Amino acid sequence: MAPRRIAIKDHSAEANLFMRRSFMAMLLVVVMMIVLISNLYFLQVKRFDDYQTRSNGNRIKVLPVAPNRGLIYDRNGELLAENRPVFSLDVVPEEVDDLDQTLSSLGDLLDISQDDIDDFKKDMKRQRRFKPVSLLNRLTSREVALFSANQHKYPGVSIEARLARHYPYGSALTHALGYVAKINKEDSNKLSQEGKEDNYKATHDIGKLGIERYHEELLHGEVGYQEVEVNSKGRIIRTLNFQPPKPGKDLVLNLDVKLQLHIQRLMDKNRGSVVVLDAKTSGVLALYSNPSYDPNYFVHGISSKRYSFLLESKDRPLINRATQGQYPPASTVKPHLALAGLEEGTITPETRMFDNGRYKLENVSHVWRDWVPWGHGWVDAKKSIEVSCDYFFYDLAYNLGIDKINEHMSNFGFGDYTGIDLYEESDANLPSRGWKKARFNEPWYIGDTIPVGIGQSYWTATPLQLAKSINTLINQGIRHSPQILMGHLVDGNTRLAPINELPPIPVQNPENWDLILDSMLGVIHEPHGTARTAFAGTEYIAAGKTGTAQLVSIAQDAKYDAEKLSEKHRDNAMYVGFAPFDEPQISLSIVLENAGGGGSQAAPIARKIMDYYFSEHPLEIAQTDVDEAVEQ
Amino acid sequence: MLRTKLEPNKQSLLHRLHIDGPLLLGLLALMSVGLVTIYSAGGQDIALIQRQIIRLGVAMMVMFFLAQVPVLAYQRIAIYFYIAGLLMLVAVLLFGVMGKGAQRWLDLGVVRFQPSEIMKLAVPMMVAWYISQFNLPPRLWNICVGFVVVVIPTLLIAKQPDLGTSLLIASSGIFVLFLAGMSWNIIFMVGALGAAFAPVMWFFLMKEYQKQRVLTFLNPESEPLGAGYHIIQSKIAIGSGGVDGKGWLQGTQSQLEFLPERHTDFIFAVFSEEFGLIGIIGLLAIYCYIIVVGVMISMRAQDAFAKLLAGSITLTFFVYVFVNIGMVSGILPVVGVPLPLVSYGGTSMVTLLAGFGILMAISTQKRLLSRQ
Repeated sequence: MAPRRIAIKDHSAEANLFMRRSFMAMLLVVVMMIVLISNLYFLQVKRFDDYQTRSNGNRIKVLPVAPNRGLIYDRNGELLAENRPVFSLDVVPEEVDDLDQTLSSLGDLLDISQDDIDDFKKDMKRQRRFKPVSLLNRLTSREVALFSANQHKYPGVSIEARLARHYPYGSALTHALGYVAKINKEDSNKLSQEGKEDNYKATHDIGKLGIERYHEELLHGEVGYQEVEVNSKGRIIRTLNFQPPKPGKDLVLNLDVKLQLHIQRLMDKNRGSVVVLDAKTSGVLALYSNPSYDPNYFVHGISSKRYSFLLESKDRPLINRATQGQYPPASTVKPHLALAGLEEGTITPETRMFDNGRYKLENVSHVWRDWVPWGHGWVDAKKSIEVSCDYFFYDLAYNLGIDKINEHMSNFGFGDYTGIDLYEESDANLPSRGWKKARFNEPWYIGDTIPVGIGQSYWTATPLQLAKSINTLINQGIRHSPQILMGHLVDGNTRLAPINELPPIPVQNPENWDLILDSMLGVIHEPHGTARTAFAGTEYIAAGKTGTAQLVSIAQDAKYDAEKLSEKHRDNAMYVGFAPFDEPQISLSIVLENAGGGGSQAAPIARKIMDYYFSEHPLEIAQTDVDEAVEQ
Repeated sequence: MLRTKLEPNKQSLLHRLHIDGPLLLGLLALMSVGLVTIYSAGGQDIALIQRQIIRLGVAMMVMFFLAQVPVLAYQRIAIYFYIAGLLMLVAVLLFGVMGKGAQRWLDLGVVRFQPSEIMKLAVPMMVAWYISQFNLPPRLWNICVGFVVVVIPTLLIAKQPDLGTSLLIASSGIFVLFLAGMSWNIIFMVGALGAAFAPVMWFFLMKEYQKQRVLTFLNPESEPLGAGYHIIQSKIAIGSGGVDGKGWLQGTQSQLEFLPERHTDFIFAVFSEEFGLIGIIGLLAIYCYIIVVGVMISMRAQDAFAKLLAGSITLTFFVYVFVNIGMVSGILPVVGVPLPLVSYGGTSMVTLLAGFGILMAISTQKRLLSRQ
């Protein structure tokens, strides 16, 4: 250390120096204070708006609230699709002291599998600890009651309800009504492409099939928002603002569920389908495809076992046969073809020919046989329809030619989508020269035309196309797209959806149309009519046409023997018809796969459907005697 | 030239108790602001307030006690106090107890004790004692010795690591040298040396988490959910307070727990959010008032030791304020410095009020000294 200095201190100089330095220090303090305050001024005044926004962004979260899906009713107000609360057992991990102990004691009360616990623990790891995690889904009412009585023993465990779709009529309506199921990745991609993902932010399910899918936009509604204040951990502190969701529209369908159920019973084990339309508007009263399946399994996620069973079943229940089944229309289109011949002038009502059971062309060795081996003898157009003569229609097809046939049958809607409000629809096939060239790269031969006259060859149609074409016949060329949707409810009243009218077919001569309808009446009421037995003694006057579609070509001169053919190759039984004759209310088409003859198999079921319909809707006008009507 | 009049007959009661009234007023005002803000920041927890009041009471008793101690005594024990403190710092490095990732505590069995707090007072006392033995301004040699006295504990504490405290201790010593009249040439030289020393600090002395803090300070938005989260949320709290604030207990950033360390180091953000720029100016006015009172006391002090010590204590108090507000509002990196007398917490509170106790001793005892 330096030696202690003995120099005399100059107190006043030191005090002066200290004063100067103190002022310097104070100056420094002032400068630094200014620095602090300028920065704070910058934060609190200049950038106030920015920071206020960020502060609100921290604390305010906007939670979407799912709208309630619109309900679906049938034409008589029967509820077809409802939203039912489903109960789940939720656990808030944060509020449970001893999780393992709680789980095992819950296991004594309710049926909890190890899978449930594993799933629960997996979900729990993905969630904040104060957010509920589902342990059990779809509790039964017994389980709900059982737990509710013991809830006080399980803090942090509670029963939560969510609305889920339920279809009370199960398999009876599946192909028409469809179902909703969980939104999958494909759905969300589609929603975001259409710019609708915001509206579906809180939505769990989306329409996957049928009306639920087609009218998704009407049924879904608009998402609502709940503005909440959250803390830094995301826990909701309070609700600041609530914009309620707009529920989807409640739809009323043209369907009559009682009729539909009746049809389901009648169809029994038959593979096939029935379409019943309102004869005037083409509203779909019933649309049933058999076999069907319960759509409720899909709502809650169908098990892969059950799904592969449906997928692999030989009866193909997933197919909507009414709109996707492509069948040779067979004799059911003879009225349409006869009308085409009359309107084109190819035939007249007086045109007669002799059916010997074997139709031949000059210089062609092939013989086209009538279904009655010895033929029907002398026939005109009307009788040919009544007895379903093939010979007459071979000749008619030959004379009309494929181009005219295609033109007229296109007018009836064959080979095209009907425009029904279902996405699951096939346009089937109405053959033409162009089609054959494109499909097989082959020219159209005259031999191809002949069987088209009896609705065979390459021609296929869906049952719905057939029913629609019958309505066009009944209404003299006025055409409608069949619609399942009748309208939606507004304050308890049904606001009708517009009827989808298509441009009518030009009518050459109304008498031609009347003749065709008379012929269809004759199918049932003439002694030789193919559906006479089936419709004997009805209290209403029905008209129609049977069809028996051949599925395998029978070798020349061989005999068709149903017993010997495997079931898959047996004929399809078909029937199209309407009633009552003078003021048609309903029209229908039936296809029964591999069931045999249309007159013997399909027509009786058609009759039972009509019987049921008219017992539910008794005709107001006193029924004229059947014979009298026939004479008219 | 300041000369204090001798008015022995008019000595107030406060003076006889060696209590500086204006200073006490300022301190009480600050403590009140602190309690009000802690109540809001701590989620209206009354128990928290009670604990803080008890701490304040203990610290005030320490302050009143130290105000009674003759200034001469401080002068005489300075060197022993300093050496004892140094030994304890070495002991901390050797046998210290870990806590919060740093080795700062000595476990004395009954109490855990932070020797670096002692150094906050021992260093300025030691430097003031040493420098005041010579004619002022000090010569280069004296200044060098003074620097050594400052640097040893600073490095020991920085090594714990406790950047905030070492910063406060370094500044308390340097303030003494500055007030003593250290020449400007040396000041600039030291500044230049400091700048040169910074890279050395960065590469050899700073721990990874400290480097991270500095990096985060330079660009908090780079890590919005990591280390930058504190600074970002703090700036949002301050900025969203605006001119008039959101109101007491109404600060969403603090009430909804977006702000970290709400009632301790980041309490200024809570205050700013709820009371706005107007409140801040009021709070800074109280700090300025205390600093002015402290500087006045130092100017009126009788001898060099008292002047230097009082000035250093006052300016170090300002460093607390500046560093805390600077770090909370994003112009300084986050080092653990509380907002003096407002933040919740015990250790630094006792040291701070002990310092004010010495200041009061200097303020109220000068006549006694002058008679000696």
